[in-house]
Amino acid sequence: MLKGDLSLKQGDFLLQSGAFELETSGISVLFGRSGSGKSTLLRAITGLDKHTRGSLSFNGERWQDSTWRLPTQQRDIGFVFQDAALFPHLSVRGNLEYAVKRAPAGGSSLVELAERVGVAHKLDQSVTTLSGGEKQRVAIARALLSKPRLLCMDEPLSALDWRAKGELLSLIDGLARETGVPVLYITHAPVEVERLADRVVFMAEGRIERIETLRDALARPDSPLFDEEGPVSVLEGVMGTTDADGLTPFGNDRLCIRLTGTCGEKKSATRLRILARDVSLSLENPGQISILNHLEVVVEAVHPEVGGRVSVACRLADGQLLLAEVTAYSSRRLSLQAGQQVYALIKSVALME
Amino acid sequence: MVRACPYSITFESALRCGVRPLFECKKHDMIELFGISVSAQPIWLTLKVALTTTVILLLVGTPLAWWLAHMRSSFKIVLEAIVALPLVLPPTVLGFYLLIVMSPNGALTQFLHVFGFDGQLTFSFAGLVIGSVFYSLPFAVQPLMHAFEALPMRLLDAAATLRAGVLDRFFSVVVPLARRGFLVAGTLTFAHTVGEFGVVLMVGGNVPDTTRMVSIAIFDHVESLEYAEAHLLSAMMLLFSVVVLMLVYGINRRFAVKVG
Repeated sequence: MLKGDLSLKQGDFLLQSGAFELETSGISVLFGRSGSGKSTLLRAITGLDKHTRGSLSFNGERWQDSTWRLPTQQRDIGFVFQDAALFPHLSVRGNLEYAVKRAPAGGSSLVELAERVGVAHKLDQSVTTLSGGEKQRVAIARALLSKPRLLCMDEPLSALDWRAKGELLSLIDGLARETGVPVLYITHAPVEVERLADRVVFMAEGRIERIETLRDALARPDSPLFDEEGPVSVLEGVMGTTDADGLTPFGNDRLCIRLTGTCGEKKSATRLRILARDVSLSLENPGQISILNHLEVVVEAVHPEVGGRVSVACRLADGQLLLAEVTAYSSRRLSLQAGQQVYALIKSVALME
Repeated sequence: MVRACPYSITFESALRCGVRPLFECKKHDMIELFGISVSAQPIWLTLKVALTTTVILLLVGTPLAWWLAHMRSSFKIVLEAIVALPLVLPPTVLGFYLLIVMSPNGALTQFLHVFGFDGQLTFSFAGLVIGSVFYSLPFAVQPLMHAFEALPMRLLDAAATLRAGVLDRFFSVVVPLARRGFLVAGTLTFAHTVGEFGVVLMVGGNVPDTTRMVSIAIFDHVESLEYAEAHLLSAMMLLFSVVVLMLVYGINRRFAVKVG
């Protein structure tokens, strides 16, 4: 449990987190617009800014109070910076050894971890020759080699292209599950939240607005995660085996969404992202239609109209929530209401690798 | 032979009340080159003063430069101006004030008496070094300050998150990344101290075999119309200066660390 109440003034910006309690397991994502104080909060939590005021404790261990501050180097935290912050005077191996030399013994060896993150063949290169994605891989390995009790990541993917982003997201997710190190991850991209988060810390204007599970965050229609592309659902499940038609089922014993194309190769995927505007509702099951996935759902709530559109929360057979966005006109015409059984037609899904 | 020059006459009384040469060099040690012989003492003394000054300034200048580089208050420009003063101030002005402070009744000497110091600062090796430290201060602090300013602070943050303490961060990150600054600061300080004239003349007083440095020796030779000796020493200084400057530019090229 990370518990505290921190304030920090940086130039004109004032962070006043307010009292917070954050469970330290899995991946917690700090989400907010740029300038909302995410990075400042992370600097305050890690003790990197000595002007931090307030109180902070980690799993009952005091890190900061009104008179005292535990230096960063004694907090056992790992940090992955936006630009990797590798030491330019050291090789890849030198950067990793820097962490190993100062860390307690035990755990994965340098070479094992370098292999796991995919930089084993670059160990003797200068870090200045690496691509952006490779730099972040080295930074992640370096942070993990210092055997942290808490791993902080400050927008580690912001400088990368979409392909490297996708690969690193699944690397980060995988490493967090394998090592069991709790992660504090900063981003302003809803997709990254939906891909990684167990819980979300919403920040605005230097304050923590609320901390909630990803499921809860996606269940409220005014979620800040929906600012960019409108309401989104994230469905959890596992990949099945590709059939003769080239379709791969995703879901569980009570939910089956069929995926096309190369999705079948991403066997480890566990999350599916569906934009509410890609989901239509029908009162009867349309048999003759090209849309692949139609699921029987129960309307849970019809949210108030916004700009001529309403978002409809639907309960799937396995209990997960699927959001559909329809025009207010259609909603009236179909007289949608809670408890009603309808069919959800899913036009497109994105598998989060 | 103790030859009277205007300064040594002025300070004769001071000499009598006991200058203890800190650097003993036999009066008759001579260097002979191209058939010209000059006293070796000013050369050795110059090198020793320059080396001592360089070591002191690297030790004192590093924390000072770090402090200045990361100072956010507007007081910084005042301190920067003070550090840069020796660049524009006539050396005689600096030397004059140092002479006042370091005279037997001056503030610094009196202060040192508290700690049991019973020697004299003016016209001694200690005086030469103190004068040189002030005079060469900007040559040590400015390159270091620029090197520290160019150092990305998040590399130090990264080191802290990797469990490196303050001194560890300094030696494992700052020194290797700012090595060019250290090399330039050391080289320039050394060279500048070798070449000083006004301050060492005022504070050191041109006491033969004790505080006479090369630049003053040249002045003396010229005054006595000993052009051959003046030529030899001047040529040595010229060669030394060219070598040092080439070294500085070489360091600037060779040790550039690509940051980022």
